[in-house]
Amino acid sequence: MELVVALGIGVLTGSGVWLLLRPRTFQVIIGLSLISYAVNLFIFSMGRLRTGAAPILQAGEVGDPARYADPLPQALVLTAIVIGFATTALFLVVLLAARGLTGTDHVDGLERERR
Amino acid sequence: MMGWSDHLLVAPIALPLVAGALMLFFDDPRRFIRAGVGIAATVANLGLSAALLLSVDASADLTKVYLLGSWPAPFGIVLALDRLSALMLVLTAVLAMAVLLFSLARWHRVGVYFHPLLQFLLVGLNGAFLTGDLFNLFVFFEVLLAASYGLVLYGGGIARIKSGMHYVVINLAASFLFLIGVSLLYGVTGTLNLSDLALRVPLIAPGDRMLLETGAAALIVAFLVKAGMWPLSFWLPGTYAAAAAPVAAVFAIMTKVGIYALLRFSFLLFGNGAGDSAGFVDQGLLYGGMATIGFGMLGILAAQDMARIAGFAVLISTGTLLAAIGTNRSDVTAGALFYLVISILALGAFYLLVELVERGREFGADMLAVTREAFGYTEEAIDEPDEVVGPLIPSMMAILGLSFLASALLISGLPPLAGFVAKFAILSGLLRGIAPDGSIAGTDWVLVALLILSGLLVLIAMCRAGIQAIWGAEDREVPRVMLLEIAPVVGLLLVCVGLTIWAGPVLAYMEATARSLHNPASHVSNVQAAPHIKPLSTESGK
Repeated sequence: MELVVALGIGVLTGSGVWLLLRPRTFQVIIGLSLISYAVNLFIFSMGRLRTGAAPILQAGEVGDPARYADPLPQALVLTAIVIGFATTALFLVVLLAARGLTGTDHVDGLERERR
Repeated sequence: MMGWSDHLLVAPIALPLVAGALMLFFDDPRRFIRAGVGIAATVANLGLSAALLLSVDASADLTKVYLLGSWPAPFGIVLALDRLSALMLVLTAVLAMAVLLFSLARWHRVGVYFHPLLQFLLVGLNGAFLTGDLFNLFVFFEVLLAASYGLVLYGGGIARIKSGMHYVVINLAASFLFLIGVSLLYGVTGTLNLSDLALRVPLIAPGDRMLLETGAAALIVAFLVKAGMWPLSFWLPGTYAAAAAPVAAVFAIMTKVGIYALLRFSFLLFGNGAGDSAGFVDQGLLYGGMATIGFGMLGILAAQDMARIAGFAVLISTGTLLAAIGTNRSDVTAGALFYLVISILALGAFYLLVELVERGREFGADMLAVTREAFGYTEEAIDEPDEVVGPLIPSMMAILGLSFLASALLISGLPPLAGFVAKFAILSGLLRGIAPDGSIAGTDWVLVALLILSGLLVLIAMCRAGIQAIWGAEDREVPRVMLLEIAPVVGLLLVCVGLTIWAGPVLAYMEATARSLHNPASHVSNVQAAPHIKPLSTESGK
């Protein structure tokens, strides 16, 4: 399981970084989204990977920490998802404004001359 | 038991949040209501911050702690106020006050949401300065960044959209690095509370130490993007030059948030008590800071207009601060803190001043005619608000000229103003030497030379711009400036003059701050021992 998660994070980050360095704004925003997925998975995996373990105690239950997943990274992931979603949405607006004002989807607002 | 005054600690965050939210209920035509709420909140914020500063300064090694939700320290989120955070709160409030007054003259009419965005920016800034929790720091960074995205684009126009887009992308990428760093630190240490981290860092198993330092390095890179260390700073001069004048002025403190986070983080976690990891950030900061000063010096000579000169002056101040932190010596840090205060106030005033001086001049008037042709610059209009209406102030050119002179002296660090005192404090700290035989390390000599040289180059660039803008243009009209616009500039500069006159007590405060930063033991124990109120038990005893 660790290998699969690690590979997934790696592939997502690699593709994201590559797209982030591309000249089109659409590629940049997809790259940012991919990196944010990778980062969220990464945060989640920092709580150690477990299957079939609940993060929250049942009412009245005597807790044995060994039987539970770490709830904190899950809370962090939730926050990170919300914030990442909001900022990506904001970037989408800037992207559209830039496209409308400059007439091109190049990140610098002007096409490089082709030789 | 907590008195009501203990709850004041959360007010610098809550107050602008409530004010900003309240403003959204009023439509744009009734802008004066928004402005009124903004002024009231900012004045109250200023008073509060000053009161907090005085209360912290009253006793020796005091860290005031506020437990949000009254959870005990390592488990819940804490706010911690010590001398450094109180100082930053006051600086933020002073700068915000000046910017708000300046914007009332005309800039707040350019767009719709200037006042709420400014208040939300203050929420983020104050929160980042107060929080004692790493993930909470991330949240407040995002709050201030979200507000700053709006502010960078404020006023619209192609130039702002273009540079705003670069700003958003680079900060989003930096935020992801921040998250990676935070989660790695949590994975290794199992805590996010800064003072708890400080206790655990020396106890990390040797096998995990590399992971810990990787996480810390990712986090520090995120801080350095905000602070603008070379080579992470190419976005900065362009973005600041394109932003509206009051926005650029308030951004003078944005780079310093990165510096604040570094001060807090590196001294608390990797200070002298950190076991094997002690001082692992120092070398990087020292050399990075020096490189930043070098890049800023080249840039400021090449800059062709005043807003870009200001941008590279920001970079030089960042570099100076980073290198001073990197020396990891208490007396140098004290000088650097004084320098931080002066550079925030002076650069804020300078950004406001640039807009006033440039008003009514043609595009590219600062450039030599030859350069303008060589670079093939064409006019790329930035939307400006309507002409100012209002009475002319007599001898405005003289006031503008004097303000320009004062800010140039402050930024370049020449006597008689406080910029010199601050730089002198750094230099004397460096020249005191730490080796037993009193000799001074080679890197310290390089840093001394860079500091002096950077002052000279800032002065050259400032002289050139000042001569062209204020003396040289004989046929220029006197810009129409309202009292409301020049007053904040003069006010900020007068604060700096005041800091020059009372440099003794101020420097003593900075030295106390630096000492407690370098010996964080009492800060840590204060946070850990903060008394929490036990919840009223709802279920019968367990």
